[in-house]
Amino acid sequence: MDLAFTPEEQKFADQVRAFVKANLPADVRDKVKNGKHLGRDDYMRWQQALGKKGWLVYTWPKKHGGPGFTPAQRYIFENICAEEYAPGIIPFGTKMVGPVIYTFGNEEQKAKYLDPIRLSTVWWCQGYSEPGSGSDLASLRTKAEKDGDHYIVNGSKTWNTMGHWADWIFCLVRTDPKAKPQEGISFLLIDMKTPGITVKPIIMADGGHEVNEVFFDNVKVPVANLVGKENEGWTCAKFLLANERLGIAAVPQSKRGVEALKDIARAEQDNGRPLIENKSFAEKIADLEIQVTALEYTELRVLSSMAHGGQPGPEVSGLKIRGSEIQQRLTELTMEAVGEYSAPYLPGLLWQGTNEAPVGPEYAHLAAPRYFNTRKTTIYGGSNEIQKGIISKMVLGL
Amino acid sequence: MDLSLSDEQKQLQEQAERFVRDKYAFDARRKIAATERGWLPENWAQFAELGWLGMSFSEEDGGYGGGPIETMIVMEQFGKGLVLEPFLPTVVLGGGMIARSGSKAQKEALLAPMIEGKKQFALAWLERQSRYNLADVSLKATKEGAGWSLSGHKGVVYNAASADHIIVLARTAGSAREPKGLTLFIVDGKAKGLSRRDYPTQDALRASELTFDKVSVGADAVLGKVDEGFAVVEDGVDRAIVALCAEATGCMDAINAATLEYIKTRKQFGVPIGKFQVLQHRMVDCFTNAQEARSMTLMASLKIDDKDPVVRAKAASGAKVQIGKSGKFCGQSAVQMHGGMGVTDELSVSHYFKRLTMIDLMFGNQQHHLTRYSNLAMAA
Amino acid sequence: MDLALKPEHKAFADEVRDFARKNLSPATREKTFSGKHFDRDDHVVWQQALGRQGWLAYTWPKKYGGPGWGVTERFLFENVLAEEGAPRIIPFGVKMVGPVIYTFGNDEQKERFLPGIRSSEVSWCQGYSEPGAGSDLANLRTRAVREGDHYIVNGQKTWTSYAHWGDWIFCLVRTNTEAKAQEGISFLLIDMKTPGVTVRPIIMLDGAHAVNDVFLDNVKVPVANLIGKENEGWTCAKFLLANERLGIAEVPASKRGVGMLRAIATDSLRDDPSMAEKIADVDLQVQALEMSELRALSTMALGGAPGPEVSTLKVRGSEIQQRIAELAMEAVGEYAAPYQPGMLFHDTNETPVGPDHAPPAAPRYFNMRKTSIYGGSTEIQKNIVSKMVLGL
Ligand SMILES: Cc1cc2nc3c(=O)[nH]c(=O)nc-3n(C[C@H](O)[C@H](O)[C@H](O)COP(=O)(O)OP(=O)(O)OC[C@H]3O[C@@H](n4cnc5c(N)ncnc54)[C@H](O)[C@@H]3O)c2cc1C
Ligand SMILES: Cc1cc2nc3c(=O)[nH]c(=O)nc-3n(C[C@H](O)[C@H](O)[C@H](O)COP(=O)(O)OP(=O)(O)OC[C@H]3O[C@@H](n4cnc5c(N)ncnc54)[C@H](O)[C@@H]3O)c2cc1C
Ligand SMILES: Cc1cc2nc3c(=O)[nH]c(=O)nc-3n(C[C@H](O)[C@H](O)[C@H](O)COP(=O)(O)OP(=O)(O)OC[C@H]3O[C@@H](n4cnc5c(N)ncnc54)[C@H](O)[C@@H]3O)c2cc1C
Repeated sequence: MDLAFTPEEQKFADQVRAFVKANLPADVRDKVKNGKHLGRDDYMRWQQALGKKGWLVYTWPKKHGGPGFTPAQRYIFENICAEEYAPGIIPFGTKMVGPVIYTFGNEEQKAKYLDPIRLSTVWWCQGYSEPGSGSDLASLRTKAEKDGDHYIVNGSKTWNTMGHWADWIFCLVRTDPKAKPQEGISFLLIDMKTPGITVKPIIMADGGHEVNEVFFDNVKVPVANLVGKENEGWTCAKFLLANERLGIAAVPQSKRGVEALKDIARAEQDNGRPLIENKSFAEKIADLEIQVTALEYTELRVLSSMAHGGQPGPEVSGLKIRGSEIQQRLTELTMEAVGEYSAPYLPGLLWQGTNEAPVGPEYAHLAAPRYFNTRKTTIYGGSNEIQKGIISKMVLGL
Repeated sequence: MDLSLSDEQKQLQEQAERFVRDKYAFDARRKIAATERGWLPENWAQFAELGWLGMSFSEEDGGYGGGPIETMIVMEQFGKGLVLEPFLPTVVLGGGMIARSGSKAQKEALLAPMIEGKKQFALAWLERQSRYNLADVSLKATKEGAGWSLSGHKGVVYNAASADHIIVLARTAGSAREPKGLTLFIVDGKAKGLSRRDYPTQDALRASELTFDKVSVGADAVLGKVDEGFAVVEDGVDRAIVALCAEATGCMDAINAATLEYIKTRKQFGVPIGKFQVLQHRMVDCFTNAQEARSMTLMASLKIDDKDPVVRAKAASGAKVQIGKSGKFCGQSAVQMHGGMGVTDELSVSHYFKRLTMIDLMFGNQQHHLTRYSNLAMAA
Repeated sequence: MDLALKPEHKAFADEVRDFARKNLSPATREKTFSGKHFDRDDHVVWQQALGRQGWLAYTWPKKYGGPGWGVTERFLFENVLAEEGAPRIIPFGVKMVGPVIYTFGNDEQKERFLPGIRSSEVSWCQGYSEPGAGSDLANLRTRAVREGDHYIVNGQKTWTSYAHWGDWIFCLVRTNTEAKAQEGISFLLIDMKTPGVTVRPIIMLDGAHAVNDVFLDNVKVPVANLIGKENEGWTCAKFLLANERLGIAEVPASKRGVGMLRAIATDSLRDDPSMAEKIADVDLQVQALEMSELRALSTMALGGAPGPEVSTLKVRGSEIQQRIAELAMEAVGEYAAPYQPGMLFHDTNETPVGPDHAPPAAPRYFNMRKTSIYGGSTEIQKNIVSKMVLGL
């Protein structure tokens, strides 16, 4: 056991930092630093730079074209990217469908799909949830019926994050309505440009557009796009959910968030002194920082056991629970720091990037929308109630 | 000791309930929020007609002799409907402060027409640096002949765009953050040298940043006494807090009712999600939180007319702590129990949640009032 | 609506205070304010004084020998006694079995048992819980088999508070094993001196002896001791539980507790705003609970019955009692560590290690964990509200 980095690791860290400094577009960095919303192109420019370097799919093993990072390298990479205000990597391609394809896909599929994911030339989105199937995912009803060498897909998906920017969607579809719910599901890749697909925005509580409904009306999908065997899609689905939960703790982002919160608390006034000198508020920040540290060390323990050949087990659910709560607390305290200046709602500045001057400091108008928006973290990726259900069953045997 | 409503009060409650039911269905509210003003003059006229604008003022001031309980009753229903009309800034804050501290002439010129629905007010106290310290005021008023000249900035002034008169807290003497040396001025909303930047707020109200550039007012613009404005504004804000608490209890009842209904009907795993014990217990906690909020609001409404300012301040702060705590719990829980639907703009839950969140930040959040209460309790 | 007291109520409060000052022994009072445990005499002497005054059964209607007070008098009575440091009235007689007897008992039973309860000449304890029947009370197995004009009772009760002081125990027993769980239960009064009754102490985590196992081995109980009808005891049981929940919020004692807490913490408070704020926070929680209770009482005064929402009062009341104990321990700091049973349970001249208020701090914190367990645990209360109030 050793907390210190080896000289090689230290060297690696320098290398990552130099790369990020040289390749992260300045305007993107500024947006991240100031908490602004990013556009599709902002993500793409950064991800393609990483792609060229071979680091975009930093969690992939070497044999599928990943860099084969050790857990320590992953940790360093994620933390430095966050410290340098790089945008979060959109997970749908790199962390979700990519590993499913290289684990369950055939050679032809690997050849066709993995490169564009590695290079970020194709944008993916996730088509799991449906209006009637949220927590109870296995009850999904979107139907795929075989017709020669195609499937005809009918139904609707919902909550598709950034579906309006996506080139492809990976879907869970029902191929056998008679079987047990989990046994009649298949994993299908669908080109978003196929006729019959309609995307309709869902507006969030903060006024933003990030999720969508996607409707499928007699959409023709080649059978070649089926990953794994027909009716065995649930295996892919669960494999992917376990991966999803790991990254979702967002520890490096929360660490960065704590620092940003401190900056705001230094800038804000309280009785003529910086707010950070208010003892009650300082204690709240300290409490949060300790929670982040506890989460970080739990994640490190998981990574370390994975490095020794272990698989991420159901206790990963615990990371998702605490990680999401921490993200929420961070936005809550930021809003508390901003105080009444959280009230102005400036949609132009928030969404369209207009030149409208902010009311109060730049960070003020973002505080409340972020707080509202971040309520999602305890809901998506399997709600926290569902995560606790999983731990209770799989870990505690209840 | 008697905690039951009188017959007239029950009637008032029914009247307010009816107004919300008829005029504030969720979609109707959305339309009102999208108008330029952000509220409807016809509703305001109806308030006047129903006597709500005058109900809490004494008969000699042209009102109908009610008090904080009447305000509580109406504000609670407003909370249920997320009503947008500027009752709090105009009637509770502006009207209340003028009634308690205004001269006879000011009452005649301002209060009487307000009760008839012909005048609206806003209170401008906050500045960029003030956070929740009412005395942290740097906007300056300097003597100019018989009158005064005001220069400086005020922020997040609710209802400033619609207000005929803005009550401005200004420094006439003393150093930064000194309670002594603050004076309240009643300034015409269209005064020369006063410029506004208007914007909507997170919860669909309207507020403004105000810049005062040598705004001249006469000596008769002073509300109360020169240099003695702090006590007036502190008392006014305490009373507004109690009214706001009533609004919050209404919000909590509504958001709890919506959530209860949702978890009874939304099915997952073949059963209504309300069959899962974690959600049941969380729902019970929401219910308990709303009960406590109601209790503290009632306590504060009963004490806010007390002669002792410390009793009033403790009552207001105590209730505000509870409302902050309960509002956050009910709001966050409601969103969580709605799943993805909770974070959309589509359902009413997120709108109640946003209002409850902003109520906590208004006039000092839970933490601020806990500190204030704690200091008052220690001093006792 | 009005919070103010009428002059006659002020006079009443003065009368109660005056009574407490004259009749509460200084030694007992001192135990309250130093956090020591009471012994049997502390309770009995005080309760008998109240009994002589006609105030012990203060919640009872006039017709059964209660003072017939309104809501305001009750409120004042409880608050003044708490302020004066009176021990809590042990509820098993006056608040539990008494009302059951005058509601469900026959005239003979009323005559026989009510006077002893009103005067505190007879001590009662509650025989509900069993090793296999805690939250799931209806699962109880203690058997009562009819033999002529007696029942023969066999089984075990547990967690019986003050059974070692009790003259009588009221028990839920199973009289029909064929029926649905709730439909085969009867409510039986048993003299603790009857042969076959054995009491065995259970020592609590702070070292206190307050609860017991009670073994019933071929205990002969006259049929005349059956309250209500055979197999209809569940009705009495539930009636009693609802009553139990109301008083259990312990608001007046918690108000006193907040005052004591401020006193304990005084020295450190000036330098420690977070501690002061924690106390302020619990102070406000007590106020909210008190107002909620007053609102419930006010509906009752208008003829409403205490509904299942009283369960929420029990939940918050127990959390508050626990929080006060927790903060008292936090205020004491490391001096909470020395375990000084002498200072807790006996009248000794030992000097405490650390300040006077240190010895009971941790034991009380440990002991108070019980409040969210007994009288229907917090989880069970929430189930009740969820079902009965929210319809889930
Ligand atoms: C911002 C956002 C982005 C999303 N992005 C995507 C995406 O890109 N692709 C995609 O496929 N999906 C996405 N989702 C969907 C997300 O996975 C679902 O919202 C989530 O699974 C919950 O489902 P639901 O919203 O239908 O809530 P429900 O399942 O209806 O749950 C409602 C409430 O009931 C609780 N509950 C349900 N079942 C139980 C139980 N058994 N025990 C205890 N409590 C229970 C839940 O925890 C929740 O509190 C996104 C959601 C959000 C909010
Ligand atoms: C100090 C003390 C004094 C007492 N005095 C008396 C007395 O004088 N007379 C008397 O008859 N009894 C007395 N009791 C007993 C008391 O009423 C029981 O302890 C109580 O009913 C809980 O039962 P249990 O201890 O068997 O716990 P269990 O019923 O075994 O409960 C264990 C845990 O499971 C939880 N649980 C159980 N069922 C559910 C459910 N359906 N949903 C969710 N959670 C659940 C409980 O909340 C608890 O957290 C006393 C108890 C204590 C601690
Ligand atoms: C159904 C039921 C079952 C019961 N079973 C039991 C039982 O089995 N065993 C048992 O012991 N009791 C039992 N009781 C009675 C009750 O719990 C005891 O009377 C009590 O625990 C003894 O403490 P007390 O009387 O000193 O507390 P009280 O004087 O009633 O004090 C109450 C409150 O004052 C505060 N307080 C008191 N002293 C201090 C201090 N030094 N510092 C800070 N705060 C303080 C505490 O917060 C406490 O909540 C039962 C009661 C009921 C209703």
